[in-house]
Amino acid sequence: MKVKEEKINKNENQSAGLDSPVNCEAPNMQQVPESSTQLLKYLVVGILFGIVFVKAEIISWFRIQEMFRLQSFFMYGVIGSAILVGILSIQLIKRFQVKTFDGEPIKIADKEFRKGQVIGGFIFGLGWALTGACPGPLFAQIGTGFTVVAVTLLSAVFGTWVYGRFADKLPN
Amino acid sequence: MDQFIEWIKQPWPWYVAGPLIGLTVPALLLLGNKSFGISSSLRHMCAACMPANIPFFTYNWKKEVWNLVFVLGILLGGVVASLWLSNPESIVVAESTQEDLRALGISDFRQLLPAEIFHWGNLLTMKGLFFFVIGGFLVGFGTRYAGGCTSGHAIMGISNLQWPSLVATIFFMLGGFAMTHFLLPLIMNWVGI
Repeated sequence: MKVKEEKINKNENQSAGLDSPVNCEAPNMQQVPESSTQLLKYLVVGILFGIVFVKAEIISWFRIQEMFRLQSFFMYGVIGSAILVGILSIQLIKRFQVKTFDGEPIKIADKEFRKGQVIGGFIFGLGWALTGACPGPLFAQIGTGFTVVAVTLLSAVFGTWVYGRFADKLPN
Repeated sequence: MDQFIEWIKQPWPWYVAGPLIGLTVPALLLLGNKSFGISSSLRHMCAACMPANIPFFTYNWKKEVWNLVFVLGILLGGVVASLWLSNPESIVVAESTQEDLRALGISDFRQLLPAEIFHWGNLLTMKGLFFFVIGGFLVGFGTRYAGGCTSGHAIMGISNLQWPSLVATIFFMLGGFAMTHFLLPLIMNWVGI
């Protein structure tokens, strides 16, 4: 048990190599800490992002059903064009070694392959079709007035906790 | 101006929404060296509220607070959009999807979510158990096991040409197809509408 825990710590440290004993996926790569006022910019990006989610009806349970029934191109268009813009942006950032507005070099952690991406990915897919939401839209659905989705969110936090609790016993 | 407001209130097409979502990737990188990802916020909530000495949750979550601020913004964005920018018309759902869903007992297509399922009255029923409790659990457990969700893997990961993210995305889709075509009919039959 103890040995396994240490092994996980070691792996996570290797993949991100920052100060805390264990690191999360996609860790914050900013070197200078941010004040609470500076954090407000993420609130603004979040608000804009949430508006897009609602206005394009991406948070709709019906859109997700259309997607999984292959009866509408809409969600494929959204995800496809988002990826295209994302690829283009990251290529430009890398090619021209663009820095952050604070002048730091931009760093993106690599994703390592694990069995979880297959098993966990499939499990998430089941939940995605049932709730009609991935984690982002859960927050936006609550915002639009479907407050009962807060229960879904709470259950998702619990699911995350249960994964963390048994992470060292699951195939990975 | 009126015309602009009128246009804003219409549902936005995919070729507007998709690129805007894609732009979140460089926006977060440029603003503060942050990789786009949303399911990580659920992990930070666990780390902040009940780490319980579990190694998976004992990291410096305060360094990741930006992510919690970001998801709070998404919730507020939902409030803003529904209060001031909402479309008065019903959502347009593909005819074939409506037909399939009617066969399962879902027939209210006026709102973004089926009103028959997503209301508080269902909390303590079998519908609530499946659509809220089990559904939410699968989303939380699955995304963390996979190390990311649609944003972290499908958008951020694939944008950074990470093949494990492509694998994850393929299995997200397979899970969704399995639920929609095999399990959902059984569940709807069982919980009844």
